[in-house]
Amino acid sequence: MRMTFSQAIEEAIAYAMAQDERVIVFGEDVHLLRMNLLARFGPQRVMNTPISESAFLGAAVGAAMAGLRPIVEVMLVDFIGVCLDALLNQAAKVEAFSGGRWRVPMVVRASCGGGYGDAGQHEQCLWGLLAGIPGLAVVVPSNPADACGLMLASILNNSPVVFLEHKLLSDYWLLYLGSGGRKNVSFDVPSDGAEGEVPLPLSAVPIGSAKVRRAGKDIAIITLGVSVHRALEAAEKLWGRGIEAEVIDLRSVSPLDSEAILSAAAKTRRVLVVDEDYLGFGLSGEVAAIISSSGIQSSFARIGPLQAIPYARHLEDEVLPGADDIFRAAFDLIQR
Amino acid sequence: MDEIKLEKLYSQMARMRSFELAASDLWQRGMISGELHLGTGEEAVVAGVVAHLVEGDAMALDHRSTPPLVARGADIKLLASELLGWQDGICRGRGGHMHLFVPDLLSASSGIVGSSGPLGVGFALAASRLRPGKVAVCFFGEGAMNQGMMLESLNLAVSWKLPLVFVCKDNGWAITTRSKDVTSGRLERRARAFGMPSWRVNGLRADKVWEASRRAISRARAGGGPAFILARCTHLDGHFLGDPLLRVLEDPVGQMREIGEPLIKSVASEGATWKEKVAGLGSIGKTISVVALERRLRKLDPLEVTGKLLGDKALELRAEAESEIEAEVAKALKGREGL
Repeated sequence: MRMTFSQAIEEAIAYAMAQDERVIVFGEDVHLLRMNLLARFGPQRVMNTPISESAFLGAAVGAAMAGLRPIVEVMLVDFIGVCLDALLNQAAKVEAFSGGRWRVPMVVRASCGGGYGDAGQHEQCLWGLLAGIPGLAVVVPSNPADACGLMLASILNNSPVVFLEHKLLSDYWLLYLGSGGRKNVSFDVPSDGAEGEVPLPLSAVPIGSAKVRRAGKDIAIITLGVSVHRALEAAEKLWGRGIEAEVIDLRSVSPLDSEAILSAAAKTRRVLVVDEDYLGFGLSGEVAAIISSSGIQSSFARIGPLQAIPYARHLEDEVLPGADDIFRAAFDLIQR
Repeated sequence: MDEIKLEKLYSQMARMRSFELAASDLWQRGMISGELHLGTGEEAVVAGVVAHLVEGDAMALDHRSTPPLVARGADIKLLASELLGWQDGICRGRGGHMHLFVPDLLSASSGIVGSSGPLGVGFALAASRLRPGKVAVCFFGEGAMNQGMMLESLNLAVSWKLPLVFVCKDNGWAITTRSKDVTSGRLERRARAFGMPSWRVNGLRADKVWEASRRAISRARAGGGPAFILARCTHLDGHFLGDPLLRVLEDPVGQMREIGEPLIKSVASEGATWKEKVAGLGSIGKTISVVALERRLRKLDPLEVTGKLLGDKALELRAEAESEIEAEVAKALKGREGL
């Protein structure tokens, strides 16, 4: 069935809420943002919170430990800075410290990503930072089918999952934070990511499994989220130059699908990681470590932001990886 | 308070309003891309507080940071250029309206709700050690009063007896959630419980805010420690431009068509009991009707409320402010329209 990215997520949540009374939703402004869930499941299961992230994210941990399965929303992943303790020292530690006897089945839902001019307190990705915490799964869908399947898997998962939805794929976030209803501003929205076919009946997409979006033998572009679409655009251009690029959509940052990464590296011997999260100390370095410790000989390059995301649209474009940047980086790697 | 001061206050309010309207116009024309949180409706609060600040005093600002900077004397042309994302903007186009940093005025803003609390504590600490007699003020909304770091800041400021004035601009809405539905007790009493004086004032009257701020700021300057001002006001343009709640009011038929169909489908689907479903719909309906009611109450505009005290003089001051600000914004735009 054809759905937008945001509809696909809502379908998954509604399905899970109808199946299991323990699934509840709370967070800032959810009476507006999740109006349909509110109308269907009522205010006992869809609850507005004050702007008190430390309290309500921490409360989600307790609620999950004591039998509920909360989906807790922090609006933008940037705001996780305010309440990181609940994830870093609470949610991620319970299972480890209890010797596996106590688990925390919760989903943290947040929007992420830039490309609409809101600057680096509202446009970060932070998946590297979060995935660096053992005990947290982090998923980043790039299209409606995965958004639905990964949300279902996240709700069914018995440990904490951070579910990140990119704002360029999410029509309502872009409407609220980007256009505000105006017709005279535009954003580079990948149409295959914002809307697409979702297989029925709904089924979970396993967390931690990457997907080959385009097969190729000369170079593997490993990426996720909106950058998958930018990479596919670049791969098409590379093909025009006689270069066959493989595009891997990681879908999960943690757990990371090392098997998929290694088989792409072994096949192409050239790996380019495209990351919208910070380049240093993050996902791209992790991919490089996996490849180099495997003994597979592969050349390697990476692109992504090295600095805070600036406000002006043209400066933002320079910092975030676009199709042209990917094309150039891939071309350079092949020439090397 | 004498009349000349009221005129000055009103003139600052008019300058702030003119700048916000100019920014709104740039946003409507698509020259500003993302969010824009206007401070229209907060002018009386800002004017009443900022009038007491002198060189060396600091301001910790929230995501509605342009009005305090305009009132404090920041360069209008540079502010406008920043909003437009240009290299000659006050932050070289890198900050935008939520992240304005003006070191000469010891003023910094942030898009993270509640963060002006700790920042204000730090500014006040530096003032007490390096610039005795100078103070810091922090501006924030009542939504931020439920943020942990803000409550921690209230405690820390009292514990360290810092020269800091907390200015809470209470418009009754935490983004699109009604604050009274998610807030316990009364905020002026909450602040008092930390052991500092706390005043509740009419935030539509610059003279009333000025009076309360005079007490709070002079006390802080004299080493008496922090104080709290709760000023009731409104946001004439919602949480941000294009606020979904306001769009429903502006285009009820179009918006209801968009919202209505999935909503009806949701209610009809298997889920909660009918009682719960009705409660859910009631919450949506109530939110929209409260917004609609507030819209009709034009008496909530501080420029009208404070302006009434000045009669025709208010119109004159407003026109003066408008032409000053428009000229400065035009300078920023000069030669670059259509870029």
